[in-house]
Amino acid sequence: MLSRTADHLYWMARYIERAENMARVLDVTYNMSLVPNAAQSEAELWEPALQIAGGLEAYRDEYGEVTAVGVVRYLSMDTQNPSSIFNALRGARENARAVRVTLSAETWESINSLWLEFSQFIGVDLMKQGLGEFCDWVKARSHLFRGVSFGTMLRDDAFRFLRLGTFMERADNTARLLDVKYHLLLPGDEEVGGAVDYYEWSAVLRAVSAFQAYQKVFNDAIEPWRVAELLVLREDMPRSLHACFSEITPILEQLSGRHSTECRRLAGELHARLRYGRMNDIFQDGLHEFLSDFIESNNNLGAEIQRTFLNAPIGA
Amino acid sequence: MDTAAKKPFDEMYLQDEAVRSIYAEYAAWLKNVPLHQLESKRQEAELLFRRVGITFNVYGEDAGSERLIPFDVLPRLLSAKEWDRLSEGAIQRVKALNMFLHDIYHEQAIIKAGIVPATILANSQYRPEMFGVDVPKGIYAHVAGIDLVRTGENDFYVLEDNLRTPSGVSYMLENRKMMMRLFPELFRSYPIAPVEHYPQVLLNNLRAVAQAGVPEPTVVLLTPGAYNSAYFEHAFIAQQMGIELVEGQDLFVRNNAVYMRTTEGPKRVDVIYRRIDDDFIDPLSFRPDSMLGVPGLLSVYRNGGVTLANAVGTGVADDKDTYIYVPEMIRFYLGEEPILSNVPTYQLSKEDDFKYVLGHLAELVVKEVQGSGGYGMLVGPAASKQELEDFRRRIIAHPANYIAQPTLALSTCPTLVEKGVAPRHVDLRPFVLSGKSVTLVPGALCRVALREGSLVVNSSQGGGTKDTWILKD
Repeated sequence: MLSRTADHLYWMARYIERAENMARVLDVTYNMSLVPNAAQSEAELWEPALQIAGGLEAYRDEYGEVTAVGVVRYLSMDTQNPSSIFNALRGARENARAVRVTLSAETWESINSLWLEFSQFIGVDLMKQGLGEFCDWVKARSHLFRGVSFGTMLRDDAFRFLRLGTFMERADNTARLLDVKYHLLLPGDEEVGGAVDYYEWSAVLRAVSAFQAYQKVFNDAIEPWRVAELLVLREDMPRSLHACFSEITPILEQLSGRHSTECRRLAGELHARLRYGRMNDIFQDGLHEFLSDFIESNNNLGAEIQRTFLNAPIGA
Repeated sequence: MDTAAKKPFDEMYLQDEAVRSIYAEYAAWLKNVPLHQLESKRQEAELLFRRVGITFNVYGEDAGSERLIPFDVLPRLLSAKEWDRLSEGAIQRVKALNMFLHDIYHEQAIIKAGIVPATILANSQYRPEMFGVDVPKGIYAHVAGIDLVRTGENDFYVLEDNLRTPSGVSYMLENRKMMMRLFPELFRSYPIAPVEHYPQVLLNNLRAVAQAGVPEPTVVLLTPGAYNSAYFEHAFIAQQMGIELVEGQDLFVRNNAVYMRTTEGPKRVDVIYRRIDDDFIDPLSFRPDSMLGVPGLLSVYRNGGVTLANAVGTGVADDKDTYIYVPEMIRFYLGEEPILSNVPTYQLSKEDDFKYVLGHLAELVVKEVQGSGGYGMLVGPAASKQELEDFRRRIIAHPANYIAQPTLALSTCPTLVEKGVAPRHVDLRPFVLSGKSVTLVPGALCRVALREGSLVVNSSQGGGTKDTWILKD
């Protein structure tokens, strides 16, 4: 298939996934802000959302002080923020439009109508009128996109590039979420297990739809290291890093052209770490170190995918 | 010839309000459909078109915005007999035009015979790069859109030939799909000729013009990209034909061949159905600032390494300056009498014509030669004093840039407008395909001027479209 087509498909899926994850972070942060908590200021509460999105500095340049209203606006509708839900969904739709003939008609229509419906939220004060509703809508449309594409598209390279985009983005997002939260929630040797802690950790779980899964798997109180295990190493947890790489690795094997050895090597290496790694070892070397290394390796893999398949050089 | 003053010919109603026989059943059906029901069908159609994304981009105002071309739910009907004559006439015309193009880029016999003046070689659409170049099967215009208008029961005129990158066929196909969805009962009772095989016919023709010896030619559609006004159509046709939709950046030239960049490495391309104008197709040969084309494409093309459809340089045959010679071309190349008439045309470069036109400006339609899209055009009877004065000045400054024609009373067809069902002027663009053979599918794009009294049907000027039904005997 055309390299440009593959590029559009890959980024279309990444943007949808990005919008969904932004909505998840916004949603849980907002819910957290409803829990009375004297120990945390508004800024302390909302800053992590910006850190997860990687936009703290850009935010400060534009808005100054970190406030709930500012962060919600910045992450949802800000046209200047390249990762805002607005820009992610617009990017998804622009990419889809460029390759609409490669998509199944239903997949294209799901993205096109998503964009048409999105206009109803433009100009609405989300903080006052249903931020939760907005986030639910974004998540639901993302689910719909995945379901429709999964249910209607031929299992060819187009489908593979689309799925590759979804899981590359999801792995990055889950890793960032966990890294930021873990960093904040484990300040030195303070005791864990208090009420606030419970809300914090359950919020992290809810942000990745893992709250019920946690209960089922561990059937026990929420413990930070178990949350980390669930989101890093558990293959059966659909938003975990391991689950993402269990999708990515075989896709890259199937796409393997003559020149994709490096992609497969990088993916295989990451996959092996998640598959054979032990939580104890990871904690011993530091979860933060593990996660930042993962985010970087995942980025390298993304760059290699881009180089190998999407901007195919003439001489190749 | 009719003038605009008389009541124009109506496709459905005769002068005494009697119904033309071909519309008898339809008129009876229409009488029993309440207006609000037609209106709700219209809204349903609009909703569906928007959801599917059948839109066109508008240049200028609010760049990048997408609009729907208004769709009218009342069809235009043509009998098999009417269609046979139109299609034979259009085929005859396209055959002659292709022979003319071959001639003018080779022997130039028609100039030597004194039928077409040698000044045609100075037309900006004449491409000296094409002189002496042989194209497969001698076909230049693989897809031709012939614009027809009607002024009476048996009076059809060719308004212009579109031989460069004619567009609109996706609306012929989508309008049909929409009508079948909105009014299935009509399709059960009327023998309406199908049009859905158009993409297949086109693909077979394009495969047939690949260089000899290529067993399974790869055909692609080259688009300027997602911001082009006709992008939806490019995507739609590529999908219907099952071929890749490529942009200039997807193609590259190496060793006298064209390749596309794929995820599995370069792949050879044999036929390019291009929807990019000549000027933009190769920055090395034409406009150096073009970001849309493929550097080196023209040189591969001239050496026979790839086929372009339509060929480079067809514009010289559909220019308004050349139009007047088409009936003579038909006689010269085919030895036949033209089946379809030209609109009488005044050439302002001629002294007598010039005088006549300036004296009758308010009755005439004046068009810019080498212009298109209805932008550089004056419709005398509809123009204000100021507009007439402005145009007069422009004509006097550059008479050779203009031609003039009588204002034809284009036929009208009942159309759903805000006030209800009312007559609106229409034209017709059938698409003639050349390759394996020269054919048409029995259908056409029917454009309708939605403003009362307006004669300009272009979508860029507020025109809409209708489905066209060719009824089998």
